Amino acid sequence: MSLLSVQDLRTYFHTRNGIYRAVDGVSFDLDAGETLGIVGESGSGKSVTCYSLMGLIPSPPGRIESGKALFDGVDLLNCTPKEARSIRGKRISMIFQDPMTSLNPYMRISDQLIEPLMIHEDITKADALKRALEMLDAVGINDASSRIHYYPHEFSGGMRQRVMIAMALITKPELLIADEPTTALDVTVQAQILELIQKMQQEIGMGVIFITHDLGVVSGLCDRVQVMYGGRIVETADTRSLFYHPKHPYTRALQKSIPSMQPKGTELYTIEGLPPDVSKPQAGCSFAPRCEFANEGCTSDRKPELQDINETHRQSCLRVQSGEL
Amino acid sequence: MPETILELQDLKTHFPIYKGVLLKREIGKVKAVDGVNLKVEQGEVLGLVGESGCGKSTLARTVMQLVHTTAGNVELEGRNLTHSSPAEMLEIRRDLQMIFQDPYASLNPRSTVFATLAEPLLVHKVCTQKEVHARVGELMETVGLAPRFMQKYPHEFSGGQRQRIAIARALALRPKVVLADEPVSALDVSIQAQILNLLAELVKKMGLSLIFIAHDLSVVKHISDRVAVMYLGKIVELGTAEQVIENPIHPYTKALVSAIPTANPDDERNRKRIMLPGDPPSPINPPAGCAFHPRCPYATDECKATVPALETFAEREVSCLRKADI
Repeated sequence: MSLLSVQDLRTYFHTRNGIYRAVDGVSFDLDAGETLGIVGESGSGKSVTCYSLMGLIPSPPGRIESGKALFDGVDLLNCTPKEARSIRGKRISMIFQDPMTSLNPYMRISDQLIEPLMIHEDITKADALKRALEMLDAVGINDASSRIHYYPHEFSGGMRQRVMIAMALITKPELLIADEPTTALDVTVQAQILELIQKMQQEIGMGVIFITHDLGVVSGLCDRVQVMYGGRIVETADTRSLFYHPKHPYTRALQKSIPSMQPKGTELYTIEGLPPDVSKPQAGCSFAPRCEFANEGCTSDRKPELQDINETHRQSCLRVQSGEL
Repeated sequence: MPETILELQDLKTHFPIYKGVLLKREIGKVKAVDGVNLKVEQGEVLGLVGESGCGKSTLARTVMQLVHTTAGNVELEGRNLTHSSPAEMLEIRRDLQMIFQDPYASLNPRSTVFATLAEPLLVHKVCTQKEVHARVGELMETVGLAPRFMQKYPHEFSGGQRQRIAIARALALRPKVVLADEPVSALDVSIQAQILNLLAELVKKMGLSLIFIAHDLSVVKHISDRVAVMYLGKIVELGTAEQVIENPIHPYTKALVSAIPTANPDDERNRKRIMLPGDPPSPINPPAGCAFHPRCPYATDECKATVPALETFAEREVSCLRKADI
């Protein structure tokens, strides 16, 4: 029984310039305690997928057109606001990309930290503060007892991200969604934060969905990775298969275009063209216009679907499926 | 022997901090760049890396004379920039151009591509009104944009295309030195590779010297001939890209290199990372002695007292007192 099961999620944005199909038929499962990486370029729909689960899609213009997201028997997309509130912030938490803007600058860290506890648990303020202190210690903030009363601007970027993590984990959630949590940080601080997320995951035993555009970050952290392109999942596999035996041409191209994977001084491998415009639906495979292997079949009316290669590895390239590649 | 085109001599840029409104007094200084010596040769790509706040962008801005220099000299082909008059500076800027990080913010949203690219050509009287159209078209082709987009505005382009426009603008006057401040960090991986290829090609074709600033070491390693690592306003290690990144000597460079995630799950899981405790210290009140000592796993009492000089060691320059022991 999986912890989270997303089925055929479609999130569209209805704007004056047309319908943006940001997420267009995404299905995946996440087991308890598992780390799932979602990789993709900007506009591939990776963040919108998770925002949909958390009910954070601004509506209008956004609308969840179809799909289910079963979390412990409750459909997150079609539950009452009361049910959603009892899960969100308590059993599912989220960390955002920019620690500079995701903390309230007017509130002391202490008040922000205990807020989820005060809302979700029957707890006195003194006990909540004690829990908050323990949590700050756990995420590696020295001298927590005096710094807990600081305002966010008194912390550095890495420290703020630690506070965000403490806030997300204080209710001991079963699922943590991390949306590019280290993109705004320096590499040395990024290494600290990644190690912290791993450590906390082992302690609490939660499932993690880790969204990033950096294949390197995913490789060390995640059990399983799925690659998104143009609002759809194009390949999903356990981390080793995805990195050592990528099948979909987009995954392969993405890996080949990382500078450190290529000999120095030679021309870098590039994916020609631009990411797809999700407001203009395109027949067939959305990667076909940039794909070096595309043929006529790829742009026909048939939308490529994910197909099993083996138990853990699925991909959606039509030519790989037909055995041509 | 390639010629030195740009030379920085003990360059310092300090920003004063004031307190009070009526009785304004200086309470300290942010030592963003604090004594940098650097030579850039003709046709070379020099990578400049370091964490945010280490002064790499301020260094670029100081070279461009966009901020006031506190001390030291910047020399471009023997011409001293720090003591130049505005008229001389206008002349020098032809040879010294900059590409900024964010192509969304560095282009004027109210100017068409044509207006953006024609402006430097007309200001510097490189060509006449009649020729300008053809020159802008050529420039756009150089950076891989179709000249038919000349009358479009920046918002009609994607991030990668905007960065191409910004590169075209920097190249309009055929400069000798280009400073690129994180030109690819706002772009997606696949677009990043396109822009890196373009820069490498232009350097080769036009014989440019490029100072390439980035925090992503794998990008820097790919494009640079030499790499300089900065920490708290000073260069701590300088050498060829292979030496510095594959075989670092300074403990800070070591930690930086070990922190880069690689796209290789087995390596990633078996690798021993050097975890640096804490954040970079504040440049307002840098630690005494070696600025890196509070985070350095090898620091001794001597490191807390003595400021290490940048010395030649193992075919590169390093500023570490314990370089021979570690």
